[in-house]
Amino acid sequence: MDVFLSGLEIIARWDVIAALLIGSIGGVMVGAMPGVGAAVAIAIMLPATFSLEPIVGLTALLGIYGSSMFGGAIPAILINTPGTPVNALTTYDGYPMTRRGEARRALGLAYSSSFFGGIFSIVCLILLAPVLARIAPMFGAREIFLAALLGIVLVVVTHRGQVLAAGMLVCYGIFLKTVGLEGAGYTQRYTFGQTWLASGIDLIVVVLGLFALSQAFILLSGKDQKYELPPLAKSGFFSSMSEILRFKRVATVASSFGVICGMIPGVGEFMSQFMSYGYAQKTSKTPELFGKGNPEGIVASEAANNSVPAAAMIPLLALGIPGEELTAMMLAVFYVHNVIPGPQLFQNQLDFVVALYIALFILNVLVVLFLLVSTNSLMKVMLIPNRFLGMMILTFSLIGVYSLRNSLKDCAIAAAFGVFGFILKRLNWPTSPIILGMVLGGLMEAKLRTAMARVETPWDFINRPIAFVLFSMIVIAIVLHVVSVVRDRRKGTGNV
Amino acid sequence: MEHDNATPHVFPEARRPGELFYSLIFLATALALLSMIFWQTSVLPGKGFAAQPRTWPLISLVGMTLFAFANLVATSRSARTPGRWREVVVWIRSLEHVGWYLLYVAAIPAVGYLGATLAFCLFMTWRAGYRSGLAFAAAASFALFVVLLFKSLFNVKIPGGAVYEYLPDTLRYIMIRYF
Repeated sequence: MDVFLSGLEIIARWDVIAALLIGSIGGVMVGAMPGVGAAVAIAIMLPATFSLEPIVGLTALLGIYGSSMFGGAIPAILINTPGTPVNALTTYDGYPMTRRGEARRALGLAYSSSFFGGIFSIVCLILLAPVLARIAPMFGAREIFLAALLGIVLVVVTHRGQVLAAGMLVCYGIFLKTVGLEGAGYTQRYTFGQTWLASGIDLIVVVLGLFALSQAFILLSGKDQKYELPPLAKSGFFSSMSEILRFKRVATVASSFGVICGMIPGVGEFMSQFMSYGYAQKTSKTPELFGKGNPEGIVASEAANNSVPAAAMIPLLALGIPGEELTAMMLAVFYVHNVIPGPQLFQNQLDFVVALYIALFILNVLVVLFLLVSTNSLMKVMLIPNRFLGMMILTFSLIGVYSLRNSLKDCAIAAAFGVFGFILKRLNWPTSPIILGMVLGGLMEAKLRTAMARVETPWDFINRPIAFVLFSMIVIAIVLHVVSVVRDRRKGTGNV
Repeated sequence: MEHDNATPHVFPEARRPGELFYSLIFLATALALLSMIFWQTSVLPGKGFAAQPRTWPLISLVGMTLFAFANLVATSRSARTPGRWREVVVWIRSLEHVGWYLLYVAAIPAVGYLGATLAFCLFMTWRAGYRSGLAFAAAASFALFVVLLFKSLFNVKIPGGAVYEYLPDTLRYIMIRYF
């Protein structure tokens, strides 16, 4: 109770509440704009939060992260275009409902399912906090190394059909992190004698290039989409939101999938959504209606994706391991403020962790209240033309890169990564493995160096229970992937 | 093997236009970087493998090369979608936006954040093909909003423009501090 009150005290400040309000409302708006998404918004906002206190900066970013998926459901349901990539499955049943004249019902269900998923995962986090506080200190250098390696392996194998591309891009990310002056012997690596490369390649610059600038280039080089917004009654959200009570089982199972997938580095929203959707379809009394406007489909998709953000904070806070690109960006905020996520955080600053959980809870309430009163007005942001949006992202991106050091060189590097990201997106190759490679690669190098000082034989590396479990998970993940590839190849349907 | 253009490209069995070309560039880059490993990294005497500065560049570049090679082979064996050079032209054309962006950055120390942002937003709106007064008004309002939010309100670290030096003292201070 003391920890809870202490956590409450940390966030009971006007600047934290303001950050949460701006972040959550901004996140919903960003989510509702097809082609922008939370990654772009967080990448842009990241450097601006460096001048704020850690809790203020993090709540603003958490606000964007946690609320963008709420907003992303609006275009998914109304115009068949997901606002964020993780709302893709919502289009399957949301849009057919809109065509049947049930847009308000579909939106109400999406909001209540997202809210359910968000609150469910926060409750799980609160229940897990004492367990985490006990387990986290058992993670030494070798366990953290293995957990990061597991993250890398899962990032690669979960990109079905693109495993080879994901593999080379994750390795590229690890390589980027090695550029510059290294910390062990202070020798230079891949600097080509250039002093500006000695400090390494800044993660923020890469993030802004790969996510924000590349998206601006994509929008600017494309054509404007013309959407027709369906009519939407101004009232009646409460009755459609309460309909979730009919789908308690699906919502609970989907949220559980979200929590589990969120906790495992490298897995995240997509996997949880597909598992939840598959479960809902298999156990439904009307499976034939999935994809044709079945409300259970919306519940499964939205509850699953919105339960991930809170759960994704677990490996980040407890071990300092980000599960996907958004938490990788948040890790940068922690480091800038010298708040080092990991076992020590749970032991020494549990109130800070609890404050983040409370912020997540408030965020979910704020977003639902905002959506209840503003959905009709929010629909208008979907009408912003794509190329105009591209110009806006490009203008915002300058703040992110230029405010770091007022350096034209940083902007040029970000622009180069922007073009690189643009090409990757055109080829439909994933960009997130690069960021995860950069973050986890640096962590793995440092932890392996520390761990090997106490290791004499390979067996010593995995002779502790958690290390052994993690190692087994790595082996199982690789074996399962190989088996599924071989099986698909035999059926003649497989992609690596 | 040619790929039918009418086939939707959601999870394609066929490769995208330019994919083979880019896979080749990626492999060549990985090989070039790997070939420099002895020149661009060093080995510290008396240190174990894990503590060597060369270890992680080596691991990452070997991984990059192997995956890039496998990816190239897999890509070359999938069905081709025509339009490789058209796609390469699209990539090259994105450099135009890079140029405008860098010009915008370079203009800030000269004309100030407000002037550069206004000019950039209005120009990009025109360049994107919008010609209506509403579009230009929206672009100017957006530029003003960005400057007011980040420079005036959040005090984000952006230098004042050289042209501000020609302004009267009081106005110069306000412009440097807030715009």
